[in-house]
Order: sequence, then C-alpha cells, then structure tokens
Amino acid sequence: MSAPVNETKPGFDIRDIKNLFGGGGSLKQFGILGALIVIVLIFQVWTGGKTLEPGNLINIVQQYSYILILAIGMVMVIIAGHIDLSVGSVAAFTGILVAKSMTDWSFPWWVAIIFGLLIGAAIGAWQGFWVAYVGVPAFIVTLAGMLIWRGGNQFIGDSATVPVPKDFVQIGAGYLPEIGPGATNVNNLTMLLGIIIALVVVFNEIRSRRTRKIMGAVQDALWVSVLRATILVVLILVIAFLFASGRPGTSYPISGIILGVLVLGYSFLTGNTIFGRHVYAVGGNKHAAELSGVNSKRVNFFVMMNMSVLASLAGMIFVARSQASGPFDGTGWELDAIAAVFIGGAAVAGGIGTVAGSIIGGLVMAVLSNGLQLKGIGSDLVQIIKGLVLLLAVGIDVYNKMSGRPSLIGLMGRNNKKPEGPSVATDAPAVVPTNAGTPDSATPVDLNK
Amino acid sequence: MDQGSEKSPTILEMQSITKEFPGVKALDKVSLSVKASEIHAICGENGAGKSTLMKVLSGVYPFGTYDGDIVYQGEIVRFKDIKASEAAGIVIIHQELALIPELSITENIFLGNEPGRGGVIDWVQAQSRAIELLARVGLTDDPDTQIKNIGVGKQQLVEIAKALNKNVKLLILDEPTAALNENDSQHLLDLILGLKGRGISSIIISHKLNEIEQIADEITIIRDGKSIETLNVKADGVDEDRIIRGMVGRTLGNRFPERTTTPGEIFFEVRNWNVQHPLTAERMVVKNSSFTVRRGEVVGFAGLMGAGRTELAMSVFGRSYGKFISGEVYKDGQEIKLRTVTEAIKHGLAYVSEDRKALGLNLLDTIKRSIVSAKLKKISRGDVVNKIEETQISEEYRKSLRIKTPTVEEGVSKLSGGNQQKVVLAKWMFTDPDLLILDEPTRGIDVGAKAEIYGIIRELAAQGKGIIMISSELPELLGVSDRIYTIFEGTITNELSVAQADPETLMRSMTSTTKKAAA
Repeated sequence: MSAPVNETKPGFDIRDIKNLFGGGGSLKQFGILGALIVIVLIFQVWTGGKTLEPGNLINIVQQYSYILILAIGMVMVIIAGHIDLSVGSVAAFTGILVAKSMTDWSFPWWVAIIFGLLIGAAIGAWQGFWVAYVGVPAFIVTLAGMLIWRGGNQFIGDSATVPVPKDFVQIGAGYLPEIGPGATNVNNLTMLLGIIIALVVVFNEIRSRRTRKIMGAVQDALWVSVLRATILVVLILVIAFLFASGRPGTSYPISGIILGVLVLGYSFLTGNTIFGRHVYAVGGNKHAAELSGVNSKRVNFFVMMNMSVLASLAGMIFVARSQASGPFDGTGWELDAIAAVFIGGAAVAGGIGTVAGSIIGGLVMAVLSNGLQLKGIGSDLVQIIKGLVLLLAVGIDVYNKMSGRPSLIGLMGRNNKKPEGPSVATDAPAVVPTNAGTPDSATPVDLNK
Repeated sequence: MDQGSEKSPTILEMQSITKEFPGVKALDKVSLSVKASEIHAICGENGAGKSTLMKVLSGVYPFGTYDGDIVYQGEIVRFKDIKASEAAGIVIIHQELALIPELSITENIFLGNEPGRGGVIDWVQAQSRAIELLARVGLTDDPDTQIKNIGVGKQQLVEIAKALNKNVKLLILDEPTAALNENDSQHLLDLILGLKGRGISSIIISHKLNEIEQIADEITIIRDGKSIETLNVKADGVDEDRIIRGMVGRTLGNRFPERTTTPGEIFFEVRNWNVQHPLTAERMVVKNSSFTVRRGEVVGFAGLMGAGRTELAMSVFGRSYGKFISGEVYKDGQEIKLRTVTEAIKHGLAYVSEDRKALGLNLLDTIKRSIVSAKLKKISRGDVVNKIEETQISEEYRKSLRIKTPTVEEGVSKLSGGNQQKVVLAKWMFTDPDLLILDEPTRGIDVGAKAEIYGIIRELAAQGKGIIMISSELPELLGVSDRIYTIFEGTITNELSVAQADPETLMRSMTSTTKKAAA
C-alpha cells in the first residue's frame, strides 16, 4: 500500500496542488472543474470575449438553471442506483396545471407555486411507490411516467399553449432589484451577495482548518489554504461584478438564486445528514445497508419523490421564463440532466456522485452549447459535439479507474517516489466528498456562474 | 528441476509464483509440480493462498500481474485470460458452478464453444456430442433438461462434461464436493479417478481430508502463502493427521488468547426457532432450534457449509433471511420481537456477516463513514452527522483495533481482508451491542490478523458481551469458544463445553442427526 505523508508538510510539495481544489482524494472533481475553466477560457478567446460578457452570463444562468436543478435531484437518484427518465414530462405536466391554475382558476402566483410543488410530490410518490415498494425498475417506471405525464400535459392543455401572468414570470426571468446608491453604476444587491459569499468562503476555510485540527486529521499546507481562499474570493468578486455590471435593469437572475439555495441545501443534505448517508449506502451496497438497519425502501421512495418535486420546480421556472406553458416543454431534459450528472463524476452503478460535481458537469454542457451557439454553429453540430463530450468525459473516467492510473498531477507528485509494484487497486475510485471543504469551496463558484 | 528423474513426465511446473495484493502478499514463491495422469491435491487453511494460486494458473490473474514462471507441457506459458488457459487444456471448475440455470444441459456444455459454421449452431451435432459426453461422466439425463431442474451433484458432472468437451488435459476442481452429499461425492471422486485412467490430470482443492487421502497421488501443502511441502501419499504413508500437521504447522496453543473471565448468567435465549427457505416453500432451513448465550461467553456454532448456521443467525437478526419464522427470543428474561434489522440493533444485537464484501461493507465508502454507518444517530443531532465526532471515533477504533491505514479517510476497498474485517467489527462495536453474532469472522484473512481478531473477540467477552461465533474451522472454535453447539441440516445436534469438545466429537455431530447426550 502506498503510504501518503501523514503530517502537515512545511515546504512546497507538488502534491499539495491537488489539494487546492477537491481535497479528501476527490481528484475527479478537480479534473472536471479544471475542464470547465479551460472550456470557458477557450470560448472566451474564440468568441472574442463574448462568453464572459454580463449579458451572456445572465443568459446562461437563465437558460440552464432548470437543467441544473434537475441535475441536483438526478444525482441523488443515480447515487441510489436508479435513473429518472420522466423529469421532462413531469415538468411539462406541472407547468400546464400551474399555468391553468392561474389563468382559469385565478390562483395567486404563490399559491400556484405551492400547488405545483404538491403536484410534483404526488407524482413522485406514485413513481416512488412503484420503484421502492413494488420493485419495478426505475427505468421502466419512469419510462412509463415519461409517456403518462407528457400525454397528461397535452390532454389537459389540448396540445395548446397556456400563457401565465406577469407576477409569476419573475421566478424564471426576474433579476435582483436595484436598491441603494445609484452612483455605483452596478447592481448593489448582486455585489453585496458576492461579498457575502466571499466572506463565507474565507470563514469556511478557517473553520475547516480548525475542525481538522480538532479531529487530528491531515491538514493541507497553510499556503494551500491561503491560495485557495484567495483564488476563490477573487473569482467570486469578479463574477459578481460581471453580473452586476450588465445592461441596466438586469443583474443576477432570481432563478440563479433559487438554484444557489438548492445547491447549498442539497450539498448539505447529501453530505452531512443521516438521510444523505443512507442514499450513498443504498447505492453502494444495498444488502450491506439493509443489514446495517437502513430502510432501503424508504430511501428509494424519497429519492424518487424528491426528483419529481425538483422536476416540477424546474418546469415552473421554465414556464415563467417562456411566459407560457406549451405541449413540448421539457422535451429531452432528462438526457441533459443525466449527462450533467455523469460528466460530474457519478458512477453508473450507483454509490458515487456529488451535487457539486453534477452542477459543474451541467455547467460544462451549458458553456459548451452556449459558446457554440455564439459562434453560430447549428444545433445539429452542437448535439454531436455534446454527445462526444459526454462519451469522452465518462470514457476517460472509466479508463482511469480501470487501469488504476493516477491523474496528471498525481503522476507529477509520484515521480520523485519510487514506482510501486503492480498496482491493481491502489488508485481506487475517489469516493465522495469526505470533508466539508469540497462542496463548500466548490458551490460558491457555481452560485455565481 | 527434477523432471527427468521422475517416472512419469511433468505436465505442469509452477515455479516460485509470487502474487501481491495491496497490503498482502497472497503468494510467496509458491512452487507446484504436477505429473501427467496424476491427481494432485492442494491443502491449506482458508486464506492460505490455494484459490489465488489456481487463479494465477488459469489466467484469471493474467501474465504480468504475478512473478514466477508457469511451465506447462515443457514450455513457459503466459496466459492473458481464462480463454487462453482453456485453449491449452487447463480447465478450472469453481466452487460456485458457472452454469446458467435457465439453459439446457446441452446449451450449457457448449456455451462459448458452440459447434457449427459461421455463427450458426449445429444443434444436431451438439446434441449427439452432448449425449456422448454425458455418458462419459455417467449421466443419463435428457440433455434438453434445464440445469435448474437437476440436482447440484449432477450439475457438477455437467461441468466436468463441459470441461471434457474442451479437450481438458489438466482439470482443476475447487472444493468439488463441498455442496454434495455422500453418494454424489463418491460418484464424483470415482469419475475423477476414471479420468486419471484416461490420462487427464487433476488438481483438487478440498477441505475434506478423507477424500484427499482416498484419491490423491500427491499433496502439496500451502500455508500462509508459501508452499510448505509436497507429500507422496503412498510412499510417505500420509494420513489425515500428517496433512493437518503440515497445514497448521504450529501448536494450537499460541494462536489463541487466554480466557481471562468466566461467563456470567444466561441473558439471551432463542427457543423453538423455525425458518423456511425464502424461495422454496416447505423447505425448512432451520428446524426447532433452541440455544442460550451467557454474558461474557463466546458460544461457538459448528456446522458444515449449508448446515443452516448463517440462516439461523440472520433470521434471528431482524428476520434478514427466510420466511415464516416461528419461535421466541428472550433477552434478560423478557420476550423481545425482532421484526426488522433496526429493531434488532435497538435491542443490542449485532451481526458481522460471513460475506464481508457483499453484505458487510459498502466498498465505495471510506473507513470513517463505514465505522459509524450502523448507528449514525449516536453522533448526530437532529439528523445532522457530526463529522468531527465521526473522525475522532473512527480514529479511536483505528488505534484500538490496529487497523493498518495511513488515515481513516482512506477507502475501505484499499484495505486488506483482515483490516476490512476490523472495520466491520468496529462498525458493530460502535453500536454498543450486548450480543455480537460473528459469522466466519476470520474467513479469508491472514494468520496474523486472525490472531488479532481472536484477541478482540475475547476482549469483548471480557467486557461482558455475549458472542456467537459461527465458524467452519474447528481449531478456532475450540481455541476461542467457551461452549459449542453443533448444527446439521438445520437442527442443533449437540452442545458441548469446550473442555468436553474435541474435533472428532464435533465432526460426528456436524455430520449426523443422532443427538448425543447434552453436556
């Protein structure tokens, strides 16, 4: 067994770099985050600076927030060892009912939102029942759901489009309001949000160092922590400024706020709660989980139910943004969400995956399609490229895992050590975020993208 | 090499094979030499490295993942997979048969090897060849019968027919009679002798020493990953005791910790326990069994594979096995209901499974997360897991159980079997149980770790916990338990205090229903 150095290292060590982002051995997330940065930079140069223009960033958030929300639910479904093909149809079905509730039955917008979430919960309970308690594979249950809820949407809406009132549109197309001194020429609330997040990042870094000291766990070198915090703070403030300095009247979108809150909440749920542990346990080894007292049926039920609730939320945001519910809303969303999750490092067999990773995976897809569209490349080619990227990302991942090859940085770090013997499983898959540092340090970046 | 000096030529020569896994040296310069038309037995304790050696030979561990040479029929061979070794005439029949229950005998025999042209199977030829092969192994069944409809003894014969079809020259049988009754076993052994007469060599791995004594020409003994000696059965006048001495290679005394405490009062009792097979109705896997456990006592359960030991334990542990269970469980004089695993854990039961990888651990998880996984509530406030406590607690277990790992944030998959088992033990010790059921707690782990596990078991008993230890290894049952129950075909056949027990008495009770006078 290779024995990593245990104590805090005083001097510079190339291996520290890998701890910069994605400590606890979750190199994979570092890899995908790196890929996202590279893709952003490539498109920034290729499009002549259009990619990081405020208007375009806002557009990316508004256009992809609902896919990213789906990815949050989907990663939990996939960790538990299932799949959900029905999310696009569930979104469309909820969308049409919510739109009708406001136009035909004159529900106020906030009642309509609650109504929509309840529909999602009911659909989720139905699908969860079949998956968890009857034991029908989720693939089948949600394939059926895909047909049922799509048909339901077209049946209720008569295959026509139903418009929604102005108040409701805010959740999909609204922005943070302009308040405070106008002389700053930027959206003050967005900047304030950026500063708060930056402070939270610094606070988290300090707290994480302190708790790791209490735990007596392996500590990153101090310069790694400082550099990491500095990079993140600068990045957050720059991004906040970009969002704040757009066309007057625009700023960080409301849908992005919803997304950010969900990312934080679900990162906490999956990483820090008993329920989260149980999801990983059921996906990793169902029998072992059951013999440890985990009620796997309940876990499966709630994971499926949660997915449908998030799908209905995504559907409402989409309806709000397009100001109407239509018969073909949400077509193909399930595939985008699933792709995001797998690019983000989840395992097909379950047990592995993170919310943060899936969001980064979703952003890779988002920036990619956005950049290609900016270059005027048709949707036919965009689809081909997206398909190849998915295959490549997961292919590299599987290849690395099978051959036990370390990552590039891992190799650099290994060069000064003597080569190990036959390494069959020495570089086994990095598992799940094992320390609070990983999701916390990664999420603020997503929040502002 | 002494190939020339022997009477019959050597068909196989494995020369100083070394195979390492992360953290464990499974094979250390093992040599094995098999002559043509010979039955060669490999003996060794569980985890000695027998199966690993056979996996190296059959290409499961391909060339390049081990050190040393395999000389087969006079040439150095480098198998890259199991197909390559089969093409050379080396066929391995695993303990778990590789037959597909839904397919017919014929289809199974020719699976992966179908006769015909251009991908179209010639069923006529297949059928007639199947009948011929079945006749050679003494089977008269219709070759169209589905595998699931014939008994396990006949399935074993189908496996051999399948091997014959591949023109086998060297047949490897891993525990071929473990699941067979006496009649079927004898038939199989006769068949192997018959194959020998037709020039087919066999390597046989078995724990049943009487069978080995009966049919083997030579015996190679492997202990702790090293080849200890090769005995010629006739010339050396080998008997079972001689083999056991080679396998054990040390006196029993020093492997086991001393019993420092005496058991207290009875606190756990199971009465008239009945369990039905989960799939086959009317097949009782546990019949009318009753037993007791005292505080601070290690109770051994001895039984052969399939006797119902695991089924008994798992059905008591929150009905995690079987159907229609009847019987009562008493703890501290009160009847308790253990309908789910959660209830069992709440009543202070813990079950360490015999199948560490399939039932004991989530191999994707880290050490610290595994250790706290059976009682997360204990370190949680309002369902939020306290990660500081998690690390502190698992660090404590790492130190006290001496789990060999640089950090508790390591994945459990990177640990050796013995250290994984310590993680499982830590996981259940963390639930603070009153009764620990340990199902084959030392299966597949090396000798050093075994001794440590025995120490942990006695230590837990000294703390006043009741322990049930299920094991196939009689020496370990005799070395660690205070009292031993024997179980045969789902029935408890005998109860002996360790002072009265000896291997012969135990073995008799493990193989027959005749109830001996209880101790």
